[in-house]
Amino acid sequence: MVEIKELYKAFGQVRVLEGINLLLDEPGIIAILGPNGSGKTTLIKSILGMVIPDKGSITIDENQILGKWAYRSQISYMSQIADFPQNIRVSELIAMIKNLRSSTDRDQALIDLFLLRPFLDKKLGNLSGGTRQKVNILLSFMFDAPLIILDEPTTGLDPVALLHLKDILAQEKQKGKTILITTHIMNLVEEIADRVIFLLDGKIYFNGSVTALKTQTAQQNLEHAIAEILKSHA
Amino acid sequence: MLKILKYSFFDLMRSRWSYIYFIFYLLMGFVLLFLNNDVDKAVITLLNIIIILTPLIGTVFGIMYYYTSKEFTELLLSQPLKRSTIFIGQYLGVAISLSLSLIIGLGIPFLIYGIARSSSIFNFTSLLIVGGFLTFIFVALSYNIALAFNDKIKGFGFAILLWLFMAVIYDGILMIVMMSFQEYPLDKFALGAVMFNPIDLSRILILLKLDISALLGYTGAVFQKFFGTGRGMLVSLSMLTLWVLLPLWNLTRIANKKDF
Repeated sequence: MVEIKELYKAFGQVRVLEGINLLLDEPGIIAILGPNGSGKTTLIKSILGMVIPDKGSITIDENQILGKWAYRSQISYMSQIADFPQNIRVSELIAMIKNLRSSTDRDQALIDLFLLRPFLDKKLGNLSGGTRQKVNILLSFMFDAPLIILDEPTTGLDPVALLHLKDILAQEKQKGKTILITTHIMNLVEEIADRVIFLLDGKIYFNGSVTALKTQTAQQNLEHAIAEILKSHA
Repeated sequence: MLKILKYSFFDLMRSRWSYIYFIFYLLMGFVLLFLNNDVDKAVITLLNIIIILTPLIGTVFGIMYYYTSKEFTELLLSQPLKRSTIFIGQYLGVAISLSLSLIIGLGIPFLIYGIARSSSIFNFTSLLIVGGFLTFIFVALSYNIALAFNDKIKGFGFAILLWLFMAVIYDGILMIVMMSFQEYPLDKFALGAVMFNPIDLSRILILLKLDISALLGYTGAVFQKFFGTGRGMLVSLSMLTLWVLLPLWNLTRIANKKDF
């Protein structure tokens, strides 16, 4: 369970998060939406301890996370940009992360699922963007953590890989995990999200189901509902 | 930390530059020791090269390693690892691999010369120790600078400026100050000033060890007079250790506060 209270963060003059209160206590897929620069990534990185908030508290299972590190073994994180060291091979990267965390055998199934076996001996610098993203997915799903955080996971994926990703997400949800996901693809949100959190100017503007969002904005379609919020806000 | 250290170490060992650096020292050691009839002269030349080059290479490698492995560092930061573990591990990986290039590169010619010609060459191991210290100090300083600046160009510029300051400008300023205030007693001032520059400290340490008083210069002579040879070496060694530990402490402090 993640609980965020009165979270503030500014980068210099730019105030990114302005008093976020959020409780994530149920299993399921939670989509964090919002225009560019609304603080989605900052919020995620605060939970991961990569960004240090100016004010406020974050607790995971009732433990404060500020300055702690061991709790991150409970989180699988997939970053927005799949930038890896150019000179190491895919298999070496997988081995290294396994060595750092814990042993797992889930990587083999994922390698086969995403057809990564022919790339294992290739250097990461020589892979295409989409293949690198698949490696990124593999690295985050090979550990069995109760909280999964995905920052724009669909970037550069081909349709087959996207289907596999959705399957994995469904399976993990079945296991009772909490999955946080940011994306700009509204179809995906409509299809998989149990709850939507809409960030605007560093605050939570909406927090509820997709249906509730549509009802509130009197729109049939999620894309239009979001556009409606942004229009009325501007 | 050992895992990160090992990874960074082998990452650098795979880089061509480590070998170029190693071969450079190897060749220089052989050429200076075996083609020079005067061992003392060869060692002085080596001293002058080591004292300028190890800080430069340490600075450049440190800063480049930080910026090129930035994305990977971010991946590590999202793993259950302590921040200080990640950065100290990387730091040790860089510093140890560079020191090894120096120690093995110069060590081989030293050893061969010692066995073949005169075993007195082993006195000059202080050159290697000081080179190692300077590497550890300047990699730590450059890591401090890299963590403080997100902009690669700024970080690189500041790091090079720091090296230039320590290696060249500092002595110049010191000399001007001493010339302008020569009618005053400057012993204590000179002594203090030396402590704040690890390159000067290293030079004095080696010259004290080799007992080449003609080359000690004013600050060195003051140092020797004040502390005596034995205590002088002890003082300079402990100052050099402090020069490694303080930047390391500051490095963990900045790393713990930084947003990634």
